[in-house]
Amino acid sequence: MIDLENVAYSYGGGELLSDITLRLSPGSFHFLTGPSGAGKTTLLKLFYGALMPTAGHVRLFDADVRELTRDDIAMARRRIGVVHQDCQFLNHLTVTENIALPLLVSDRDMLAEDANLRELINWVGLTQRANALPPELSGGERQRAALARALIMSPDVILADEPTGNVDWEMSQRLMRLLVELNRMGKTIMIATHDLALIRAAKSQVQARVLRISNRSLQLAGADL
Amino acid sequence: MKLPKLDMEQVRGLLSGDAGADRVVPPTGYTAWLTLFAAGAMAFLAVFALALSLATARLADRWGDALARSSTLRISAPEGQMIAQTDAALNVLQTTPGIATARALDAGEQRALLEPWFGPDLPIESLPIPQLIEIIEEGAGYDAAGLRLRLAAEVPGAVLDDHTRWREPLVRAASRLRLLGWLSLVLIAGTVAAMITLAANAALSANAQVIGVLRLVGARDRYIVLAFVRRFTLRSLSGAAVGTVLGCLAVMLLPRAEIGGGFLTGLGFQGWHWIWPLTIPLLSGGVAYLATRAAAQRTLKDMP
Ligand SMILES: Nc1ncnc2c1ncn2[C@@H]1O[C@H](COP(=O)(O)OP(=O)(O)OP(=O)(O)O)[C@@H](O)[C@H]1O
Ligand SMILES: [Mg+2]
Repeated sequence: MIDLENVAYSYGGGELLSDITLRLSPGSFHFLTGPSGAGKTTLLKLFYGALMPTAGHVRLFDADVRELTRDDIAMARRRIGVVHQDCQFLNHLTVTENIALPLLVSDRDMLAEDANLRELINWVGLTQRANALPPELSGGERQRAALARALIMSPDVILADEPTGNVDWEMSQRLMRLLVELNRMGKTIMIATHDLALIRAAKSQVQARVLRISNRSLQLAGADL
Repeated sequence: MKLPKLDMEQVRGLLSGDAGADRVVPPTGYTAWLTLFAAGAMAFLAVFALALSLATARLADRWGDALARSSTLRISAPEGQMIAQTDAALNVLQTTPGIATARALDAGEQRALLEPWFGPDLPIESLPIPQLIEIIEEGAGYDAAGLRLRLAAEVPGAVLDDHTRWREPLVRAASRLRLLGWLSLVLIAGTVAAMITLAANAALSANAQVIGVLRLVGARDRYIVLAFVRRFTLRSLSGAAVGTVLGCLAVMLLPRAEIGGGFLTGLGFQGWHWIWPLTIPLLSGGVAYLATRAAAQRTLKDMP
């Protein structure tokens, strides 16, 4: 799905990430953890082509990102659902329209997806807020809306950056169950979080690998969680 | 400079309209009205510049052509010699190369010429009025200086008026006026482009976040560009259409005074020239299309 080979990244100063090799194979479940500022968000951005590696190779669906056109990257993003850490929406459209936005921009038949859309909104518990505008949502509601938007295209890969940062334990467990469920259906999942309790709770439900960024490189965390 | 390529698929998408894609661009409120107004006002001015250019072109043609082909010989002579001198003059003229016909005006025609100044009851026979001879040229025309010399020798009372004296500055003025008309059209087109570019740039930078979100959820550049381009093209097209209609109405309502045949009354469109004002909204839309597309592509270049 997504391959990183000896990847390094720097924003201009020193290297933030170096020599990272990682393969997200279909159906895998990963957690990405590390202290604040370690580069979790940066690594996820490399996964969906928002950043180009300063060294090494990133392959999206077997194509080197450096060789992809802008349209190719757009097409790849339709197969990668991303929950951004700072969930951004179109503030003049309702929650429902925002969640359906990926369908709209990829010219999908909205009527055919309508039932799907309702079910998803119900799943993330936003049915009551379906017609609200994004600025009217709470932090947790925004994260749930962002998750729904990431899932609406039924993507092969789901990248979630702190998807439970603003929700209570109950809701975070619900969202995790949804992600585990999607993983059982064959989706590849990568969740960046520094909430170790979340990772521990998930480990009982799913075979997950935990990756930790420390000293600019990626390490497999063992049972020491 | 690379010429912008007209993307047929984009043009089709532009015309077919897509309510969904329009929705993703936030409403822009009063700037929309400013764009509409400015496009309309520019189209209105363009109609007049166009009418001016076409009218002066017609005028220059008329002066340059019709008047250039004719001149007048005026004979002042004592009562008894008038007929003899007129015959002598006609004789000279008919043997001059470059002259097709020379014809003495009869009393009726002379009276008609004087009527506007002296009224219809002028007893023309009893007045010492000069005899006029109308000369029509052919080919490259005649040699005016040579003709004057011959006339001086054979018809002492003849004065040749070949119209060049007052025709040339008029033709010059007309073509200068036409040039100014075209220059105004170019300036108006440039102003429309500048105005739409400013409006589109403002809208695009105000909507950088919208564009970023659209990119992240998998919108292709074409989709984003089209959403903005459609809005500005349609706005400029409809503003210009209203301005053009108003401009044409104003031109049609100009008072007519055909007898004068003067310059001001000639301002307007004749026959198939009515096609020209119809191109103004199309050109305005085209300019808006290119300006917005360039601005949108510039904004997108910096977005991953
Ligand atoms: N656009 C940027 N330009 C320059 N530096 C940046 C940029 N974005 C992030 N950084 C820096 O890169 C480092 C890693 O940022 P990143 O957002 O990847 O961290 P993170 O691991 O996601 O942190 P957190 O857990 O707080 O979200 C930080 O020190 C940050 O200041
Ligand atoms: Mg982060």
